[in-house]
Amino acid sequence: MATVSRGDFFRFAGLTAGAVVVSELGFDLAQATAIKRDLRIAGATESHSICPYCAVGCSLIAYTRKDASGKAQLLQIEGDPDSPVNEGRLCPKGATTMQLATSVRRVESPMYRAPGATEWQKMSWDDVLDKLAQRIKDTRDQTFVATDAKGNLVNRTEGMAFAGGAAFSSEEGYVATKVMRGLGLIYLEQQARV
Amino acid sequence: MTNHWRDIKNADVILINGANPAEAHPVGFQWFMRAKLDPARGPGNGGGAKIIHADPRFSRTSAVADQYVRIRTGTDVAYFGGLINYVLQNNKQHADYVAHYTNASFIVKDGYAFKDGLFNSYDPKARKYDLTAWNYETDADGFAHRDMSLKHPRCVFQLMKAHYARYTPEMVQTITGIPKDDFLKIAQIVGEMGRPDKVMTIVYAVGLTQHTTGGQLIRSGAILQLLLGNMGRPGGGLNAERGHANIQGNTDHAISWEILPGYLKIPQPGQTGLDDYVKKSAAKKLDPNSWNFFGTNYKKFIVSLLKAWYGETATKENDFAFGYIPKPAGNSSWMSIYDQALQGKMQGVILSGMTATSIGPDSNQVLAALSKLKWLVVMDAFPTTSSEFWRGPGMTASSVQTEVFMLPTTHWIEKEGSFVNSGRWMQWKDQVIPPEGDSRHDHWILADLFARVKALYQKNPGKFPDPIMHLRMDYKDPIKPTFDELAREINGKYVATGKQVATFAKLADDGSTTAGDWIYTGSYTDKGNLSKRRNGVQDPAKNDPTGMGFYPNWAWSWPLNRRVLYNRASAELAGNPWDPKRPGIKWNGSKWVGDVPDYPPKMSPDDPKAWLPFIMNGEGTGRLFSNGMVDGPLPEHYEPMESPVTNALHASTSTSPVAFLYDKAAGRDNRFGTPSDFPIIATTYRLTEHEHYLTQQIPHLVQLQPEPFVEMPPGLAQEKGIKNGDIVNVRSKRGLMQIRALVTNRVGQLDLGGTKVWQVGIPIHFGFVGVAADMHPERSMNWLANALTPFVGDANSRTPEFKAFLVNIEKA
Repeated sequence: MATVSRGDFFRFAGLTAGAVVVSELGFDLAQATAIKRDLRIAGATESHSICPYCAVGCSLIAYTRKDASGKAQLLQIEGDPDSPVNEGRLCPKGATTMQLATSVRRVESPMYRAPGATEWQKMSWDDVLDKLAQRIKDTRDQTFVATDAKGNLVNRTEGMAFAGGAAFSSEEGYVATKVMRGLGLIYLEQQARV
Repeated sequence: MTNHWRDIKNADVILINGANPAEAHPVGFQWFMRAKLDPARGPGNGGGAKIIHADPRFSRTSAVADQYVRIRTGTDVAYFGGLINYVLQNNKQHADYVAHYTNASFIVKDGYAFKDGLFNSYDPKARKYDLTAWNYETDADGFAHRDMSLKHPRCVFQLMKAHYARYTPEMVQTITGIPKDDFLKIAQIVGEMGRPDKVMTIVYAVGLTQHTTGGQLIRSGAILQLLLGNMGRPGGGLNAERGHANIQGNTDHAISWEILPGYLKIPQPGQTGLDDYVKKSAAKKLDPNSWNFFGTNYKKFIVSLLKAWYGETATKENDFAFGYIPKPAGNSSWMSIYDQALQGKMQGVILSGMTATSIGPDSNQVLAALSKLKWLVVMDAFPTTSSEFWRGPGMTASSVQTEVFMLPTTHWIEKEGSFVNSGRWMQWKDQVIPPEGDSRHDHWILADLFARVKALYQKNPGKFPDPIMHLRMDYKDPIKPTFDELAREINGKYVATGKQVATFAKLADDGSTTAGDWIYTGSYTDKGNLSKRRNGVQDPAKNDPTGMGFYPNWAWSWPLNRRVLYNRASAELAGNPWDPKRPGIKWNGSKWVGDVPDYPPKMSPDDPKAWLPFIMNGEGTGRLFSNGMVDGPLPEHYEPMESPVTNALHASTSTSPVAFLYDKAAGRDNRFGTPSDFPIIATTYRLTEHEHYLTQQIPHLVQLQPEPFVEMPPGLAQEKGIKNGDIVNVRSKRGLMQIRALVTNRVGQLDLGGTKVWQVGIPIHFGFVGVAADMHPERSMNWLANALTPFVGDANSRTPEFKAFLVNIEKA
């Protein structure tokens, strides 16, 4: 075990203490645990993530292994013991992020619900984005105000709003702000207010 | 947060209001418990920190608190007011700090008055104040007059002393329901925190912000902390616990109607150009020794932003394309969107990771608003109560004419990028697994949509296409910007050399630099992306050199990797820490050492021109009194819009005189209930096992908390003939929830100077979409907590008053 990381040590320190007791019963739990761990994450890739729920910002370690097709399969998510924020700990939500990451309840493809329709219909990305781009242009053209009643230059699109961003990366949020202001939006909101 | 999670362990007292960190931020709560229990904690004085919790509901936070008091929801201004009054009446303030580090000595101009719940300059017709009525008295240079003896009758210290004298322990009891003796016990503990060798932190969450007086509730905490000399210090500060993984980062990047990235104000109609915008937006220097760093450098930050967005099109000659930035007609915040939709003025809404229906307030009104849109886009990994709104409660799908687009997005683990936590720590995450199915990154969808709109404008004429045509999207693939490209752009570069800018101090107003968000300049330098740094608790001796828990090489925090904001105020005038055991920064004779100083690193305290400690505002000091709030320069208690009692301080001005009344202004029917119809006070909150609405898709978490309930006290249950577990109807003027009664002593009755009122609580998380809803398709139609909440918000921020409203409860 030449390459035991500090993280590994942290994770197994508790079990080692237990092993002293159990070994009196005639077997070495530490060894059994080591074998089990080898099976579970041997050869796995360790990646770093951050919990997607509240804003404590707990660090996560995610283990993946490539399947036969070369696609990364998620094996395990646990708290990162190196983090000065969580020191390896997670709450019930953080501890179940695996179920969020690998859910079967995801929306699989773009969907469209026509006016008055009672069901969704599947739509390709190209079709849905083209349709939507046309809606955005129409709304912008119909509700754009270049100068207000007092003659002030205002260049704003009044009939469209964007809201979101508490759950996606900062860099995505930056694009959202940039693009939406570029389209002239004034109704721009995020979870911070609500 | 002015400070950060780990720093809470440095506190002697942790004052918690409007928050339940043990359940809503459980892992962050370890630092509270370490402050309380860990005898070896930090360099402080060895454990024994006291936790004080004032909350409508007894929670797991209360269970480990040294003092818990049941407070009536929405009355924390009176609670803080009582504490402030106690400090002032008993001279418990940190006198040196108050004199030199706050605006206590500043003299307010003649005419200031407060009577019957109204400050001077009120216009009852417009429901507005003229904020300039609360300016300081100034000299010819525009500098404020000061009286360092704090005796001038119009100096801030004297005005606030008079203002707060009304908040006696008896008045606190009448308004909040906290028994006088319990309150005084807390006041004594808090009062001791004005000693230089003691420090208290205040922690809050949306239990403070989500009121018509939300902004003033926060200011009340800030005022108390300034009086006690606790701002800027490790173990101190005013710490907001944010509720979503990246609510901080994307507020910083200004997905918010009133700002541009880095808290630059959105330009207003009538501002004639860039210079006029800067003049009207930037703070003015109010003291010769005030640096006024933000105000002084405002133009550099806005020009660098415009260069990042409009590149070569932004030139000195065209005001750096300032005219392209849209200028709003008026408030354009969350409720305004749905108000506009109800008025038929809003055509389309794009929601990303937010579900308007559940978020509310007044879900039924929001549903009506959504059905008036021409089109609605929901970008999410899962179906939401907004993507499915057309078959939600009270809806008939065939008559809902709104087109709905559901765009499947990747979620956090399928993409890299940074999350910024409550403590302003920008932490990078890897892409761990590839996108599921056909899902796409949110920003790729937006960039692609933008490119398609641009192509449409290239083909067909339309309104003023220039801001679209010239927006700089010159990424390697313009419809798929990489996270690395964006992180670099946010930091900014020198236009001429393309090199990354190392600090915002180097940004220029001549167009020679770019910065997508100036407060992040320094996060991605020639040394690379600093948010990826991982030198944490694996080696505390090396990675936490001060021993204060700053961990400067773990990730990166804005601004400039500073871990405690305003930290110049952690040291006395001569530069020594107020408490040598808990240093923030310290002057070592040639420079400031410790945390990254919130101050020029080599400015000697002996320099007669040394800047005052709060370098970001015009005063150079903390503001006990402010002309920046639309509802008054000092906080005042106003009743929630729906309240069972009238204001004990001034019955003639019972509720906020300036809160905006959407329904009334738009000519819609009144949606506020009266105490005779709805006599019970209700509030809402989170459960440990859920996070807003997303976790309705997580089977394990739904198993742990499978359906909504109302927590009600045994006395009320008995009055209503309700048993634990019964299904009850909870009604407000606006809607109905049909949920189980959880009869518990965690909530109770309040005695408001003889008037007895019941208070109940309801978790927010449930609705008609998700694992539990699949099992109960009919019942879940009546599970939206925000069906009950009022469509009104804070006078300043328009944050809805989710946390205080009136209901009635009957057995179903």
